[in-house]
Amino acid sequence: MKPKLRLTKYWLYIPLVGMAIFYLLPMYVMLVTGFKSFAEIDLKTMWNLPHGLALDNFIEAFSKLSPSLLNSFVMVIPAALISSMLGSLNGFILAKWKFRGADVIFPLILFGMFIPYQSILIPLVVFMRSIGVTGLPGLALAHIIYGIPITTLTFRNYYAGMPQELLEAAKIDGADMLGIYRYILLPISIPSFVVVLIWQFTSAWNDFLFAVVLTGNQEWPITVALNNMAGSQIISWNVQMAGSLLAALPTLLVYIFLGRYFLRGLLAGSLKG
Amino acid sequence: MFKDKDRYLSVVLIAPSILAVFIFIYVFIGWSVRVSLSKWKGLSADYTWNGIKNYIDLFADPRFHVDIRNTLIFTGVFVVGSILLGFFLAVLLDQGLKGEGFFRSLFLFPMAISYIVTGVVWRWLMNPATGSRTSGLNLLFSYLHLDFLQNAWHTTPTWGIAAIALAAIWQMSGYTMALYLAGLRSIPVELREAAQIDGASEFQVYRYIMLPLLSPVTLSALIILGHMSLKVFDLIIAVAGKQLPLDVPAIYMWQTTFDGLFYGRGAAIGILLLISVAVLIIPYIRYTLKTETQS
Repeated sequence: MKPKLRLTKYWLYIPLVGMAIFYLLPMYVMLVTGFKSFAEIDLKTMWNLPHGLALDNFIEAFSKLSPSLLNSFVMVIPAALISSMLGSLNGFILAKWKFRGADVIFPLILFGMFIPYQSILIPLVVFMRSIGVTGLPGLALAHIIYGIPITTLTFRNYYAGMPQELLEAAKIDGADMLGIYRYILLPISIPSFVVVLIWQFTSAWNDFLFAVVLTGNQEWPITVALNNMAGSQIISWNVQMAGSLLAALPTLLVYIFLGRYFLRGLLAGSLKG
Repeated sequence: MFKDKDRYLSVVLIAPSILAVFIFIYVFIGWSVRVSLSKWKGLSADYTWNGIKNYIDLFADPRFHVDIRNTLIFTGVFVVGSILLGFFLAVLLDQGLKGEGFFRSLFLFPMAISYIVTGVVWRWLMNPATGSRTSGLNLLFSYLHLDFLQNAWHTTPTWGIAAIALAAIWQMSGYTMALYLAGLRSIPVELREAAQIDGASEFQVYRYIMLPLLSPVTLSALIILGHMSLKVFDLIIAVAGKQLPLDVPAIYMWQTTFDGLFYGRGAAIGILLLISVAVLIIPYIRYTLKTETQS
């Protein structure tokens, strides 16, 4: 059936390419603006290609944003690692050892994935201040805890698919629970770890709400710094464009190189693991 | 299946996570409810009982009316737009064309970017300036001789929020496409072929065979996108800052609490948001877990 359809279907590239242009428009503007020299910058020639490759905008944006880029990395890396580890442990226990009450606890954890954070924002800020965990460590902690639902879900679904015989065999060989986790499940969990790490990295990197209420201006991650840059009258739009590209680059690179895993995380987020 | 020692150990290992989730989600929600029933206004906590006055005031508050109207417009445009576009893209990619993987990645990449970046770029794309200062998409329309499409985007009275939804569609339609594509791929080829043998056209196959079979996907997409619209926040902030015409509950909550120090009112908005999300999400979680145990 398929080969016969091929020839008649070339016209389908027209809508396909049209849509591709729509998705690339913002990228195009970010790139061409970023590479223009300051002399070339004019909103009226926004769509024109740059005359040469100037780096003025990127240098200017980087000098303004580099501290917050660093803040983002410092906060996001431990947040992603720790919540993934916790998710793996929880997923293992929930999938392979259904304790009493697990059927009640799991949906309660899942609900945490969807709540609007405005409904816990005031207690979060007050609580973090009262235990003295503020700034970047506080922000990382928030991402770890609010990341637990999705990481747990992803690993639980993955481990639930593991054949029970595998674990039984290991038990007969004398392995205890931790041994099974450490020597059997963990080594084959690498793909799930990649999915979850990417997901957590992306969502913590892209978060704005927690960052804006939990950090002060010395500790702003990139999203808050970029938004303030865009809101200020002093910094021109071309530098904002270059700054946007810098802010998007880390997650974009992850997406370009590990897109396959990114998609799996995405589908897990809608509960369709 | 495990020995007693292991039973004990697994409880010990999972307890910190469960405790953290319990405190940071459920205790905090309870705490927010309590704040929403208090007179707390100002820097120091004040739990003086205020009944449901904060809620009553909100429903009489013109700003909150604007928020509800904006949320409804945003949800309508965003959900319908993302579903139609996502379905369209999925069907296009389902035709077995060369380069399918490339296009799929391309339609999905905005998902990797933060709403703040999207917002900052779209703010310049949707530049409402006119005359000789025309730029952004309006300028592009004039290059293409499509001047009738030029508009004031997010600065349009009443419907400005729909322009923000457009940027949100750009960001999220790839996600809907991925959901539909996964759904299409799970439909057995035999079904399609049987219909084609019976003389169904390509359009009829999608309309009468695929679409009904995809209704669970459509339902998931409706719920996921719908609950996202209720929470929309950073995208609006990045495009337009805190402007009353584009206000939504999430922004009102943030501003009234942390700029205005009206903690009681802020908490009430947060709880109302939670209730509206819960109405969508709780049946969805129950439904998903039930179908999971059945299969």
